[in-house]
Amino acid sequence: MIALLVRDLRIATRAGGGFGLGLAFFLILVVLVPLGVGPEADRLAPIAPGILWVGALLACLLSLDRIFALDYEDGSLDILATAPVPLEAVVALKALAHWITTGLPLTLAAPVLGVLMHLPREGYAWLVLSLAVGTPALSMIGAFGAALTVGLRRGGLLLSLLVLPLYVPTLIYGTEVVRRGAEGLATATPLLLLGGITAGAAGLLPFAAAAALRVNLR
Amino acid sequence: MMPDLAPYTAEVLGAYAAALGLLGALVGGVLLRARRVRRQLDEMEHRRGK
Amino acid sequence: MASSMWEYANPTRFMQVSGRLLPWVAGAALVVTAAGLIWGFFFTPDDFRQGATVKIVFVHVPAAMMAINAWVMMLVASLIWIVRRHHVSALAAKAAAPVGVTMTAIALISGGIWGQPMWGTWWAWDPRLTAFLILFLFYLGYMALWAALDDPDTAADLTGVLCLVGSVFALMSRYAVNFWSQGLHQGASLSVQPGERMDIVFRMPLYVSMTGFGLIFVALVLIGVRTEIRARRMRALVMRERMA
Repeated sequence: MIALLVRDLRIATRAGGGFGLGLAFFLILVVLVPLGVGPEADRLAPIAPGILWVGALLACLLSLDRIFALDYEDGSLDILATAPVPLEAVVALKALAHWITTGLPLTLAAPVLGVLMHLPREGYAWLVLSLAVGTPALSMIGAFGAALTVGLRRGGLLLSLLVLPLYVPTLIYGTEVVRRGAEGLATATPLLLLGGITAGAAGLLPFAAAAALRVNLR
Repeated sequence: MMPDLAPYTAEVLGAYAAALGLLGALVGGVLLRARRVRRQLDEMEHRRGK
Repeated sequence: MASSMWEYANPTRFMQVSGRLLPWVAGAALVVTAAGLIWGFFFTPDDFRQGATVKIVFVHVPAAMMAINAWVMMLVASLIWIVRRHHVSALAAKAAAPVGVTMTAIALISGGIWGQPMWGTWWAWDPRLTAFLILFLFYLGYMALWAALDDPDTAADLTGVLCLVGSVFALMSRYAVNFWSQGLHQGASLSVQPGERMDIVFRMPLYVSMTGFGLIFVALVLIGVRTEIRARRMRALVMRERMA
């Protein structure tokens, strides 16, 4: 299982694997927003938590269709499905690999982009914490969406349509943590709810995603 | 007969028109597809019957 | 007795029964909806606060109710398909989606037209309104997945799984938006608390109109399932011709 994780990480990080594209997209988005709404700090600061979270979410979306697509095309997904490792665990591992190559770098890069967005000083710790807690859910939900659309040739657009509504609760609680943190309010409630979503997604969605994969491999 | 809707005539009539229009479009769409599929199936079974 | 309900899940049996039932359901849908809307539009007084705009309730509330009920029915049908593999139930879920999405659109649009004079705005990011907009997106995704998949059984399986997962997330979104924004929207129109409840002169035509919308839904789903069964039969014939 460790070997599978290492293999996935290696594929994602090698040239042309798409690693770094998500980060670049995140940066571009955060540069475009001030160009669109204006450079004033008192205009950017209130929307900073939302923009940073929406940016992370969209950057995460970019690489979702690669979670299963390569393995589906070259047939290794069939082998994984019949391997002694349960398919549910394979799905969870692939989601984890996706998180390590997108969610984790986005979390680490977010404070730098927070500077560009004039995020208030109190918000940085909450931004990193909320992204660290919330982005695993984005990867897991995304893996479910990717499992649904893996058999389709042009599944990318459909994948976004399926996955984005599922991201709503994560986005709401995530931005709420940062917003409240930046305003110096209590953040325990949204943070706990965000953690609950991540735990629930990690616990239950591998089963749904594995079921979808089995249908697609039939 | 027509009730006095003032000062909200446009809103009330607009809401009813939009709702009935959408319902009509839905019913029309469902019936159109039903008729098309039915005709195609009839043709196909007729062809096989010969 | 218990097993007799599943007989209707047999496509041939369903075609017979639904063919006999359909004219009555469709006729009742037409009559009851017309009665409810005419009663509501022509024979109800103006509200002392909302004036004539209160008449919008007779299309707004039934549509909103059916928008949610259609999704619940899709969820139940998807579960039946996944557990017992009755084809009719998968097709019923498919046929319910376009009706549900239209009902959601009617609720949103009539609500916007109502909101303009009452709240001074077409749209507000109120929890209820937002939840309905999100429900609309869920319907779109569900229908797009049905449309994208060629093989009917694969499509039924995958949309079924999506419907189950989507229901959980739709419910979570409903509570999340409550958390995120305070509302303009009034409480439940048919609340059992006597103080909040609408007056009987509005409630009676509203019940009639709600029944009518429910019947419209049933009639359209019946027609839709019949169409899908025929489409499937056609597909089977085409396959057989190709094999021969």
